[in-house]
Amino acid sequence: MPALGADMDEGTLLEWLVKPGDEIRKGDIIAVVDTSKSAIEVESFHTGTIERLIVGVGETVPVGTVLATIAEQAAAAAPAAAAAPAAPVGPPEAAGPPEPQRARKRPAREPAARAKQRRQPVITSGKAQPAAASPLVRHLAEELRVDIATVQGTGPGGTITRADVQRAAIAGAGVAEPVTLPPQPGVAVTAAQPTPARPTVPVTARQPVTPLARRIAAELGIDVSKLTGSGSRGAVREADVRMAATARAPTQAPAQEREQAMRQAIGRLMARSKREIPHYYLSNTVDMTAAMDWLHQRNRELEVTERLVPAALLLKATALAARQVPQLNGYWEDDRFAPGDAVHLGVAISLRGGGLLTPAIHDAAELAPGELMAQLRDLVNRARGGRLRRAELTEATITVTNLGDQGVESVFGVIYPPQVALVGIGKIIERPVAVGGLVGARPVVITTLSADHRASDGYAGARYLAAVSDLLQRPEEL
Amino acid sequence: MTPEQARNVIDEAISQIAPDADLGSLAPDADLRDALELDSLDFLNLVESLSQRTGRRIDEDDYPQLATMASAVKFLTAR
Repeated sequence: MPALGADMDEGTLLEWLVKPGDEIRKGDIIAVVDTSKSAIEVESFHTGTIERLIVGVGETVPVGTVLATIAEQAAAAAPAAAAAPAAPVGPPEAAGPPEPQRARKRPAREPAARAKQRRQPVITSGKAQPAAASPLVRHLAEELRVDIATVQGTGPGGTITRADVQRAAIAGAGVAEPVTLPPQPGVAVTAAQPTPARPTVPVTARQPVTPLARRIAAELGIDVSKLTGSGSRGAVREADVRMAATARAPTQAPAQEREQAMRQAIGRLMARSKREIPHYYLSNTVDMTAAMDWLHQRNRELEVTERLVPAALLLKATALAARQVPQLNGYWEDDRFAPGDAVHLGVAISLRGGGLLTPAIHDAAELAPGELMAQLRDLVNRARGGRLRRAELTEATITVTNLGDQGVESVFGVIYPPQVALVGIGKIIERPVAVGGLVGARPVVITTLSADHRASDGYAGARYLAAVSDLLQRPEEL
Repeated sequence: MTPEQARNVIDEAISQIAPDADLGSLAPDADLRDALELDSLDFLNLVESLSQRTGRRIDEDDYPQLATMASAVKFLTAR
């Protein structure tokens, strides 16, 4: 389950678009995942052949869970028993070294440059991973519920063999279950499958329930005493609770629950932003005469489908200005600023049923206003009615919120962590403006900046808003 | 185009953009953007949809005439 945005901890698999044996290329959309906010299309991070689909339709699993295994192409041609590297479908997080459970809650987004670095070991097959294992061995580990990351390989080059897994299963049978279920990255172990190899025991008062399972059961309204534990000694684990919840509600959550879940997700993220980010705020009034004149002139000649709205010009200007003042374009992570590799402009889009999404327009500074407009329309239509793609929800480097259509004159937004700046755009209104000693009515807009004081100072913020204003005075160059 | 036909075309176009809109309770002189919470992109979609359904060009200068249901019906039946 790839990272689905900073406020998403889990997702429900709605639909598989591939089946075992299908050839796929890196970037192909292979599944649709439902979150509290939207249905999201998930792409493959690898080229190869779908080997197994691990998470079933209707299952809800945390970010980091392996959804499917993919045999990479060279290996796919090899005999089935060969040590074919099985690359997990998922984000870099899913393939890195095991991390504690809490690590999932860190910002799911990371700069593309770093993502590429971490992704590399996965793409270059199992060799780069500390514990390589063939799909058959991984399958065995899954059946025996052995965390393959903990198994010492004795095969060539440290490869994990069947015997290693069997030994680990025997050794692990008497060991108490860990308190929390680790993400088990890179290992094809599904959280919610029954355990044929290890008999399950109905829960009694003496049988353990992991604290995480207890908490999640309480959240989901599941009675743990009625569950069958799949952990050692019948311990009820998170997976058991989630399986019970899935069985109860196999399809998309009802609208009301969904709305509530979305409010909670937004609430968690915004509270975190205000708790952690020392915001500073600036505003500027921008003369829109040149931009509006240029826009009307241009639209007059065009069909409806090609016309621009003022937002397209404002977005283009905010993206170009972010390129000019890179301190505002990127992420605050691990106590330092990591600049974005390009300007991926997050756009706050309100949903008809309430709530909002902030998908990104990639490389917005490079797009002509017409292209940017087309992408904006597509994004809004898909956010409201269809599906967004994973990358759109996780890769914004700076976000814009435009409440001008709602009549608001100025908006001071809350930064979307781990980003470091949020640009607000208000309504374009006619105001008396003094130009050359004369007062006249001109269209103006108030642009605002909420910025993270850890990453930049007011001086940089001021330069940014001045750049936005300057760019809008020369709309033909946007 | 008769007023009834125009009204149907507008209803269809709006339903496409705001499926949850309660068109029955919409006052003829209510501002469509406000009443239906349409933003500028929604409005552009509405214009595009009306243009496709009626086969007529709608310029930016015509937008004010699409402000309310009554004015939009009048606009579509005028020519």
